[in-house]
Amino acid sequence: MRTNGGMVKVDEKQLARGLGWFSIGLGLAQILAPRQLARMIGVRERPILFRLIGLREVASGIGIFSKARPAEWVQSRVAGDMMDLTLLAAALGLNTSTRGRVAVATAAVAGVTALDVLCAQQLSSGPNGKPGAIHVEKVVTINRSPEELYSFWRNFENLPRIMNHLVSVKNLDDKRSHWVVKSPGGTTVEWDAEMTMEKPNELIGWRSLEGAQVDNSGSVRFERAPGGRGTVVRVQLDYRPPAGVIGATLAKFFGEAPEKQVAVDLHRFKQLIETGEIPRTEGQPAGRSRSTSRVYDDFVRG
Amino acid sequence: MKANCWYGKNDVRVEEVDDPKILNPRDAIVKITSSAICGSDLHLYNGFVPTMSKGDILGHEFMGEVVEVGSAVKNLKVGDRVVVPFPIACGNCFFCQKGLFSVCENSNPNAVLAEEMWGHSPAGIYGYSHLLGGYAGGQAQYARVPYADVNPIKIENGFTDEQVLFLSDIFPTGYMAAENCQIQGGDTVAVWGCGPVGQFAIKSAYLLGAERVIAIDRFPERLGMAREKGGAETLNYEDVNISEALEEMTGGRGPDSCIDAVGMEAHGHGAIYAYDRMKQAAMLESDRPIALREAIMSCRNGGTVSVPGVYGGFADKIPFGSVMNRSLTIKTGQTHVQRYLRPLLERIEKGEIDPSFVVTHRLPLEEAPRGYEIFKNKEDDCIKVVLKPWEE
Ligand SMILES: NC(=O)c1ccc[n+]([C@@H]2O[C@H](COP(=O)([O-])OP(=O)(O)OC[C@H]3O[C@@H](n4cnc5c(N)ncnc54)[C@H](O)[C@@H]3O)[C@@H](O)[C@H]2O)c1
Ligand SMILES: [Zn+2]
Ligand SMILES: [Zn+2]
Repeated sequence: MRTNGGMVKVDEKQLARGLGWFSIGLGLAQILAPRQLARMIGVRERPILFRLIGLREVASGIGIFSKARPAEWVQSRVAGDMMDLTLLAAALGLNTSTRGRVAVATAAVAGVTALDVLCAQQLSSGPNGKPGAIHVEKVVTINRSPEELYSFWRNFENLPRIMNHLVSVKNLDDKRSHWVVKSPGGTTVEWDAEMTMEKPNELIGWRSLEGAQVDNSGSVRFERAPGGRGTVVRVQLDYRPPAGVIGATLAKFFGEAPEKQVAVDLHRFKQLIETGEIPRTEGQPAGRSRSTSRVYDDFVRG
Repeated sequence: MKANCWYGKNDVRVEEVDDPKILNPRDAIVKITSSAICGSDLHLYNGFVPTMSKGDILGHEFMGEVVEVGSAVKNLKVGDRVVVPFPIACGNCFFCQKGLFSVCENSNPNAVLAEEMWGHSPAGIYGYSHLLGGYAGGQAQYARVPYADVNPIKIENGFTDEQVLFLSDIFPTGYMAAENCQIQGGDTVAVWGCGPVGQFAIKSAYLLGAERVIAIDRFPERLGMAREKGGAETLNYEDVNISEALEEMTGGRGPDSCIDAVGMEAHGHGAIYAYDRMKQAAMLESDRPIALREAIMSCRNGGTVSVPGVYGGFADKIPFGSVMNRSLTIKTGQTHVQRYLRPLLERIEKGEIDPSFVVTHRLPLEEAPRGYEIFKNKEDDCIKVVLKPWEE
């Protein structure tokens, strides 16, 4: 996902992953070779201290990778960086350390802290943090012909079958349709849209009409994959909240992570077209009051 | 119905839960007659697999009788006796059509979670964490089987449950591990781990033409089974240095292929083991690749290291330089069980193998928690536990 509208264009997920690797790398070095690392950055050998820092680094590193939404883990990194900075500052005051080297290490950690802060801000603000447009692109390969996929998508009334947050789409005529979208509060957002582009078996584009609560547009492209491997489907969506309305409406509309939402929808599209059904576990038995896991299943599929 | 549920590390309980229902047109419901505990379940039991939720129903090695089918299932009918493969495959996607069923693109409803963790998502698996779909498992009286039109194999002859049950996982797993070695006449295959998977890897290596199989473990009863039932030569890693012994036994060259049938919770000795244990306990690495390291270093130049043992995330100090510089091939994966069902059932029919030899314990489902304990601790010479859901 990229956030436009004056914000720095950083792919925060990518950044979070980079920080995850950094955490794991730094953490393991601190655990495995505390002495060498200490020597390298010029601090007097204090293995136990370094081990403790290492544990925290690695724990938050793995957290960034495994969390669907890594914001909290990144915040734990920010806390960790602060701790490192404080410790290094303390080391600076001791004459047993080589100040120059400690200063370099401090600069490096401070640099990472700055990145962490930026990343944590972007992740936690998400789509509703700043008034700005949302742009999402996703691609999937489906083991069917462009013709078949095109004809499914060409009838927008099919879309609620694959998109959880769509309540309904009604075709008004050959070009125009009416969309009703769920918001988690139990209310709905509605708008009329029209088809803006149409190239049989290749491309469909649409856009909301004047007066929509959420100005949005989208397109889907179908390209035959090489070697008879089905069709590459590319989806692009843009959402622009009207002037004066902050992104809150968008956040409601999308849940928390627009990119995840589109990824899930495209998986569902592929599953439905290829297998005739969408895999589910909602309704299965479990040794607890609910059939699925709220932490994992509901979050991911939401 | 009764089902064995996961509640945390070393905590499984048999609880009364709802009966499963048909949820999709391609589903079937199976009344389970036998269900095994797998070494993979121990990774859950020991708390090494992330994204488990309290109350998850465990179990992925099961068979039974079809009691209900969804509207799209035409090849099965009520009363059919079936064995169910542990990976859930759709049969329609690019990977299923290539026979790579355990990396089916469609069967994991939580694919986006697995993508975060591993880059791309593999297939869903019964009772094996929410990363792999959060599907209810088969250590229960009934199970829902998705895509039932393409997954289960019908058993139409008079074999006992124990003769065919292991088609669900460990027989194909040992077989694929051996097949991945591309065994040639005269080859020596070394197998780390004489658990159930190791036992089937040994048998399969001989079925596929190995000259010698050398099996490694530390439990006398498991080494004994490898010798007596499998025909392997055995090494106890508590008594000998494995790399030296293998070198000595293979004329200095090393085994032609090495199979790691141990996985992420390998046991070992000395400083390296202490390191791995500590790091794993502190969540610093997710896997303890002790057997894998040894397998890589021991394998002959240009040989194959085949890894049926399960790994979850990050493993440290893998001697990749040894792999690269000595032209080794690494082959691994959750088993593409569906690919082996028919051919391995034929081998059973021809009498080439009787998979029931691994079973040491039969317990009513109610006693699943005790089954996990004795299997984990190798008490009472336990090698494989089969649970009977309908016996008291
Ligand atoms: N790839 C697949 O599809 C698949 C399927 C089933 C099981 N598995 C995996 O295969 C592995 C083995 O399964 P199992 O049911 O046989 O489990 P198990 O726990 O019964 O067997 C593991 C054996 O390895 C031995 N061992 C431990 N450390 C060792 C070492 N350093 N050297 C040699 N032996 C060592 C143990 O003593 C034990 O006998 C597990 O990791 C399991 O998850 C994979
Ligand atoms: Zn198994
Ligand atoms: Zn598939």
